[in-house]
Amino acid sequence: MTESTSPTFAGLEVGQVVAEREVALTRDSLVRYAGASGDFNPIHYNDVVAEGVGLPGVIAHGMLTMGVGASVVEEWAGAGNVSDYQVRFTRPIPVPNPGEAVVAVRAVIGALDEERRTARVDLTVEHDGAKVLGKAQAVVDCD
Amino acid sequence: MPVNPDAVGREYGPFEPYEVTRVKIREFADAVDARSGAHYDVAVARAEGYADLVAPSTFAVIIAQKAEFHVVVDPEVGVDFSRVVHAEERFTHVRPIVAGDEISATIHIDGIKQRAGIAMVTTRAELADSDGAPVATVISTLAVREDA
Repeated sequence: MTESTSPTFAGLEVGQVVAEREVALTRDSLVRYAGASGDFNPIHYNDVVAEGVGLPGVIAHGMLTMGVGASVVEEWAGAGNVSDYQVRFTRPIPVPNPGEAVVAVRAVIGALDEERRTARVDLTVEHDGAKVLGKAQAVVDCD
Repeated sequence: MPVNPDAVGREYGPFEPYEVTRVKIREFADAVDARSGAHYDVAVARAEGYADLVAPSTFAVIIAQKAEFHVVVDPEVGVDFSRVVHAEERFTHVRPIVAGDEISATIHIDGIKQRAGIAMVTTRAELADSDGAPVATVISTLAVREDA
């Protein structure tokens, strides 16, 4: 017997906040993501290299920020129920050492497709009061 | 060196299939703060109707970026990797990736747009399973600075 984890379409409303989370990124987070993803670009762990290409210092992988956004949506949507997910990377997130960079994620229903029974979830992802992702949208398959 | 606009339409692969393991799914899920039990516990994943552990939706980037590497290192495309910034990314899943999948990728250069000293290079990775059935499409746009 299987239990579907996808959200129930009936009752969803545009504008509804479905998930929120704050994630503190540290240098440890970046090293962990580098290893997990295979993205070893040194701008994500080496200050000298990062500053050499004009960055304020080590920055988070855009794909780490995107991945964290997906995790927030999937906690509501259930694993495997996000069928489409897109973002624009609009602003880098510097990650200090020592210290942390807090990323705030908010997921709101942006549109509902009755025929396909899908919900478009719009993500607001902010660091230091500024948006770091643009047009961040996930399509969730509902029951 | 500028990016070569004539590279649009080039295609690379398929490459040796990527074997999706439970260990890698858990490791990736942990790195992106994914909390669903189906990423970590096989019994939970099976109870939800999946064959094995379910990968987070951006896991496909591991496979797509390996394929994109072939574009970046092609001297006839002319991407200087030290001048690259990731601009856009999109995943479209036919189905979720699960542990045990063997995924092969072909990569296509779909667009090169040049303006104001920046080339926007858009690639599309088509991911398929060992039966040749489509699993996901990953579209990635890199911004390459071309000014000196």
